[in-house]
Amino acid sequence: MKICVTAIKPSLEAPVDPHFGRCNYFLMVDPVTMDFKYINNRHVSASGGAGVQAAQETIGEGIDVLITGSVGPNAYSLLSSENVTIKSFCSGSVREAIEAYRSGSLENIDAANSPGKHGL
Amino acid sequence: MKIAVASGKGGTGKTTVAVNLAIALGSAQILDCDVEEPNCNLFLGYDLEKQEDVEIMVPELDSGKCTLCGRCADLCQYNAIAKLPRSIRLFPKLCHGCGGCTLICPEKAIIEKRRSIGLIEKGTNENCSIELFQGTLDIGEPMASPVIRQLQAHIDESTVAIIDSPPGTACSVIASVAGMDYCVLVTEPTPFGLNDLVLAVEVVRQMNIPFGVVINRNGLGDGRIEDYCRTESIPVLMRIPFDRDIAVLYSKGIPFVEAMPIWKENFRELYKHISKSVSYRGGV
Ligand code: SF4
Ligand code: SF4
Repeated sequence: MKICVTAIKPSLEAPVDPHFGRCNYFLMVDPVTMDFKYINNRHVSASGGAGVQAAQETIGEGIDVLITGSVGPNAYSLLSSENVTIKSFCSGSVREAIEAYRSGSLENIDAANSPGKHGL
Repeated sequence: MKIAVASGKGGTGKTTVAVNLAIALGSAQILDCDVEEPNCNLFLGYDLEKQEDVEIMVPELDSGKCTLCGRCADLCQYNAIAKLPRSIRLFPKLCHGCGGCTLICPEKAIIEKRRSIGLIEKGTNENCSIELFQGTLDIGEPMASPVIRQLQAHIDESTVAIIDSPPGTACSVIASVAGMDYCVLVTEPTPFGLNDLVLAVEVVRQMNIPFGVVINRNGLGDGRIEDYCRTESIPVLMRIPFDRDIAVLYSKGIPFVEAMPIWKENFRELYKHISKSVSYRGGV
């Protein structure tokens, strides 16, 4: 099982970054061993389509679950088509997010909850 | 002569200036480039006739031919293509129609299809020789510039074309002001007005288009706009007072030059000033 958590810094103690497409780092965490690898978000300031890139990259990593604060419509449609479960968590560290996930206390994000940003 | 009427933000009276200027001249073209909210016709009341659709080319995928090589997704600068492990997904609303993905696909799995994003309409009136072209961007479409460019193709160089630009300083404003002979910036004497004017001035200066300022609702706020224009040596072309009669006419959708002949003269003076500064630059 692989969980992607969006984070401000590449560390388990870093705060969760609330914006999926525009976060600084994606942390892929194994919730059992707490081993993780991270990817820099190269599209953090893209003028449009940052969410599409973020979804493409994290789906390419083979994630099962995404923990973040908000997801735009394009990213949501990609993630849900690949059966990625999206969970909401926006205040606390990456480690706390994983713990909350394991205890079953995180709510699902069932629809895009950010307007996203198209084109210009 | 091509004159753009622009403003750093909405609601400053840009449309009023464009329409009144056209009517004062008697013979002119108005191109309403505020394609998300065209409103010149609120003052003109013409019957509009559809001219054409505005179409852009967008890619379409033949997934049977696609081998998932991912080149198209890597190429697209606008993130309009996502490569997933088992499929390619296109996002037409992010696509800028550059055509690159169609060219790069080794399997010819991407073809270009036309997609309509808006329309162009025309209105005229037998009583006066003012021609209106109006562009409308379909709701939810993100790209205004193709509609604006297509509108500008209707400019008649033999008359005066007045372009009502979209508010702000985004791409669509640049598209509408580009290639014009002169730009009139409409502003209000308020702190917000000044702030937006400064941004708009930066844009037109970079585009190297001569410009001047019209202060609308003059007397409403303070003198900061005047001070700014003086220090920056920007001509103030006209001051439209904050006046009850003008406001009443506006609310009824009547261009105030029609009811107040003195303003017809004032707008003609404004035009003379513009032609002078354009010819001074070696333009028309
Ligand atoms: S046409 Fe250009 S912008 Fe549109 S999807 Fe293809 S590469 Fe991207
Ligand atoms: S370039 Fe062509 S073959 Fe390759 S992924 Fe894109 S559509 Fe498929």
